[in-house]
Amino acid sequence: MKSLADLKKIRDAAQKKVTMRGKNDGTRVLVGMATCGISAGARPVMNKFVELITEKNLDTVTVTPVGCIGECSIEPIVEVLVGEQRTTYCRVDEKVAERIFTEHIIGGKVVEDNIIGKFRL
Amino acid sequence: MNELSLHILDICQNSTKANASLISIIIEESTKKNTFTIDIIDNGDGMDKETLERVTDPFFTTRTTRKVGLGISLFKMAAEQSNGFLTILSEKTKGTSLKCMFELNNIDRAPLGKIEETIAILLLNAEGADIVYKHVVNDLIYIFDSREVKEVLEDVPLTDLNVIVWIKDNIKEGILNIHKEETL
Ligand SMILES: Nc1ncnc2c1ncn2[C@@H]1O[C@H](COP(=O)(O)OP(=O)(O)OP(=O)(O)O)[C@@H](O)[C@H]1O
Ligand SMILES: [Mg+2]
Repeated sequence: MKSLADLKKIRDAAQKKVTMRGKNDGTRVLVGMATCGISAGARPVMNKFVELITEKNLDTVTVTPVGCIGECSIEPIVEVLVGEQRTTYCRVDEKVAERIFTEHIIGGKVVEDNIIGKFRL
Repeated sequence: MNELSLHILDICQNSTKANASLISIIIEESTKKNTFTIDIIDNGDGMDKETLERVTDPFFTTRTTRKVGLGISLFKMAAEQSNGFLTILSEKTKGTSLKCMFELNNIDRAPLGKIEETIAILLLNAEGADIVYKHVVNDLIYIFDSREVKEVLEDVPLTDLNVIVWIKDNIKEGILNIHKEETL
């Protein structure tokens, strides 16, 4: 069983790390989590990001659920914010999430196959 | 939605939108009564009478991006498919409580599924409502309370992803344990 002692260890490690964190150097991942997104598979996608980020120990990347973006037919929708740059991905599944993570979040290169423009046209 | 925990996620997002600071999710499985009940209680803005009356109608929504609100009507349909029902109580400024009942052994009842992922996502919401999750299997109980975790964490945010993963594992194992003990 995941015990309280394990939680305290996580706390202690996190407390030591805080000072190394920059102000705004983080990448933000937003996952559309309204009815349409959830029905289309947004939960496993969000979970995938949580797993990948913790596996790689990337403590400057955050992942947050957001409401409906109003594009139900192309959900699940994921937005990646790096500084001022915002990229919107659609029809994201666990495989695409993995590509976004490795190629874009770590590699800095947008995954063209799933950017929203391709689906709106 | 093929897992009840996906419906729960969706319903709790309504609570988040309604500015709830605490959401309680209570699951009760009773083999004796052959029931599987889900209660979701929030302390958010609540609804007036008119909204409440129309809330299970799929063509009603207060959202502006789309003409249909689906969340509650989908959950209601899932309950009715397995010989159950859904009821909602709500009071403006006080909060909302929703009860959904299923027949435990009904083959049309979807499984609960990955409730730990649902709770993890709720905790990652920017609005940051606290979550109490109580799961009862006959006489055995598992309880998770995010306020207790926060106390242990001191100044470390609950949204630290290592903490979120710990919470997910704790909930998953906790529920597994009460089911295991129950069959012994
Ligand atoms: N917990 C709650 N507190 C306050 N109001 C609520 C709550 N749950 C639902 N409502 C009201 O009922 C309406 C219908 O909810 P429902 O989940 O069915 O659809 P929706 O949230 O509008 O859209 P969707 O869930 O499809 O994204 C909401 O728009 C909101 O006004
Ligand atoms: Mg809703």
